[in-house]
Amino acid sequence: METQKKPKKYMNPYLAGVLLGLVVVAANFVSGRGLGASGAVKSAIVAGVETIAPKHADASPFYHKYSEAHQGKPLNNWLVYQMLGVVVGGFFSGVISRRLTWKVEHNPGIKSKTRLIFALAGGILFGLGSQLGRGCTSGSALSGMAVLSLGGFLSMAAIFGTAFMLAYFFRKLWI
Amino acid sequence: MGPLVVNEVISENTNLLLAFFIGIAFGFVLEQGGFSSSRKLAGVFYGYDTVVLKVFFTGAITAMLGLLFFSLFGWVDLSLVYVNETFLWSTLVGGVIMGAGFIMGGYCPGTSFCGAAIGKIDAYIFIIGLFIGVFIFGEAYNLLEPLYMAEFWGSPRISEYFGISEGVTVLVVILAAVAMFWGAEWAEKLFPRDEY
Repeated sequence: METQKKPKKYMNPYLAGVLLGLVVVAANFVSGRGLGASGAVKSAIVAGVETIAPKHADASPFYHKYSEAHQGKPLNNWLVYQMLGVVVGGFFSGVISRRLTWKVEHNPGIKSKTRLIFALAGGILFGLGSQLGRGCTSGSALSGMAVLSLGGFLSMAAIFGTAFMLAYFFRKLWI
Repeated sequence: MGPLVVNEVISENTNLLLAFFIGIAFGFVLEQGGFSSSRKLAGVFYGYDTVVLKVFFTGAITAMLGLLFFSLFGWVDLSLVYVNETFLWSTLVGGVIMGAGFIMGGYCPGTSFCGAAIGKIDAYIFIIGLFIGVFIFGEAYNLLEPLYMAEFWGSPRISEYFGISEGVTVLVVILAAVAMFWGAEWAEKLFPRDEY
């Protein structure tokens, strides 16, 4: 029987960065747009609300404007296909580097439950903020900066600046 | 030539198929870089692991330079490429809320899907949070619309805003990134941690 091998090391971060940059270039070359993530979640929410409560969706510009822009098929969206790819690509990378495991990853100083509560709270804030900010770290900050968008630079500064400023208050979660 | 779909070199359906392949490359690179781990991601805010800063800024300057070269070679018409709009207040307030979410949740949306892909349960919970957060925004849209639409500046490039050329702008960003990489390497020596 084969013995359990250790996970492989992560890629050199500068090499990973160059490859990430080339993916952004590819997206702009092929599709004239950058990468994204939160937009796919929005597509799913719009599709869900339209299915469950169509009248409610019609009444709110947030839902019906988006749906109209996608010919009534909010899930038939570039970012939805791209995010499906992200899951496949991440899984494939996890397989070849032996990192597939079910676990709650947290600092040994806190309980799993604490980690999950803050993960939920962080997700809620990120979801809300990404809609207000018209994109998240991928769509607004990284892809925005790639095309030199002023908004992209502001978005990056606000996200990372705030996280740095709040780091002290949440240090027990991480160190 | 590019962008291929805008210039109708490829069809809309091919574009969506290529989005899937671009996503595979995106997810693969994120996971290989260590972005599937919240503890690695949060490390940048404490100096013990600065992989986020290195990958993010190397990615940003590579993409900027790549697009400038593609434009120079005539491979892509940058005037047809989407430039993110700038709504001053919603960008800043949204960014502040996302920054708080980042330090509490340890993920951003793209990296959380990457973590979920390799079985991180905390990433699944973060994603549930994302859906709740987007839904809250949708439900509160009428209330938030004045802030969402305030101070619309169009789609300025930072080079236009400061009145300098795109090449010089990218050079300044590269110099700033190199300074940050130097600081990051120094911080990792100062606050050493084991790899997760």
